[in-house]
Amino acid sequence: MQGLDFSVVPPYADILWMGVWWTAVLTVSAAAISFIFGVGFALVVLYAPKAVALPVRAFMWLFMGTPLLLQLFLIYYGLGQLGFKIPALVAGIIGLGLHFAVYNADILRAGIVAVDVGQTEGARSLGFGRFQTLRYFIVPQAVRNTIPAMGNNLIVLLKESSLVSIIGIAELVHAAQLAISETFRPFEFYITVAALYYILNLVLEAGLRRVEQNVEVSR
Amino acid sequence: MDFSLVQRVFPFFVEAAWITIEISVLSLALGLIVAFLVAAAKMSRSLPLRAFGSAYVSLFRGTPCLIQLFVIYFGGPQIGINLEPFAAGVIGLGLNIGAYMAEAIRGAILSVDRGQTEAARSIGFSRFQTMRKVVLPQAARLMIRPLGVNAVALVKGSALVSTISVVELTYTAQRYIGSTYKPFEIFGVAAVLYMLIVYVVARIVDLLDRRYAIA
Repeated sequence: MQGLDFSVVPPYADILWMGVWWTAVLTVSAAAISFIFGVGFALVVLYAPKAVALPVRAFMWLFMGTPLLLQLFLIYYGLGQLGFKIPALVAGIIGLGLHFAVYNADILRAGIVAVDVGQTEGARSLGFGRFQTLRYFIVPQAVRNTIPAMGNNLIVLLKESSLVSIIGIAELVHAAQLAISETFRPFEFYITVAALYYILNLVLEAGLRRVEQNVEVSR
Repeated sequence: MDFSLVQRVFPFFVEAAWITIEISVLSLALGLIVAFLVAAAKMSRSLPLRAFGSAYVSLFRGTPCLIQLFVIYFGGPQIGINLEPFAAGVIGLGLNIGAYMAEAIRGAILSVDRGQTEAARSIGFSRFQTMRKVVLPQAARLMIRPLGVNAVALVKGSALVSTISVVELTYTAQRYIGSTYKPFEIFGVAAVLYMLIVYVVARIVDLLDRRYAIA
């Protein structure tokens, strides 16, 4: 047992800041993928012909029933086996993005179904095509109504992005591990990293609250 | 697809699945105890207890579970706590899920109509009696679903303990992916076992929910 000494942390401030930066980059990129694919999956499941919808549903079912960590291994090593030589960072972003796309799709599907039928009827009777109706009337309303639920997913995504350190991406956890390998002070660095995640989390929550308020006001 | 590989490794995965089940069950038990204590603290009349409950939930939900496990397992020895990976995993997962479950319990208790409490108090029940005999039995029903959702999340979250070298499903999968370079087959085997466990948990939750549903 050795005493705790947090003065070992400040010399590694630069490395930790780089970690924060990469965690932010990861989270934002994965969030973009999770939103785009989330909308895509939801539309496919609801409107695509069975031959297309079934595989997507199977994929969603598979990704909802297994741990993210396992999925990251699958994507990192699996894409390599298929001949795609991609860097760990890309694999991490794709893995996180697809994992949360599945959860967003589940939310959005419910959101799309919940949009009043009158909206579709109104748009169709004005002469909008089926695709245009979805594009300009249904999806925007569904997205707006599901922002709080998808915001919760985003908060989970920020925390779960810590998992990609396992496949060797140099984000916040990885930065801490680097510092620990030199100082042998896991407690101090992991507590520091926990505090940094906590702050990132607060910032994200405050941001989401503002977005929700804006959506509420413009309604 | 290499099915002879699947056949060859399957017994090892079944063994690993048992570890995943053990970890999940033990941390679920710990989590429930923690959750009830934290929910009680958050709803108590004492300000320090309420502050403790709120801080607990906020800190454990505001930081990654992975970091919590690392603090306990790698940081523990620095403050005199030396734990085996398995024990550190159970404690880490239990403390973490406890924070989420505390909110589920609190939500259920708060959604019992206030009139129930008022009526019980006015016929002379103490605060404790009111909680134990009137509010909790009604809240228990409402807790089953949200706690079940947490239990399913816990099974999947238990994969994290592979990072502190507990030899459970994900650890085993990672090791075999590394040694065989057959990520799809190995993922398939692990996925089948995870989904089986998740399915069983979901069924149990369904049964409990139906058993205690208001007729």
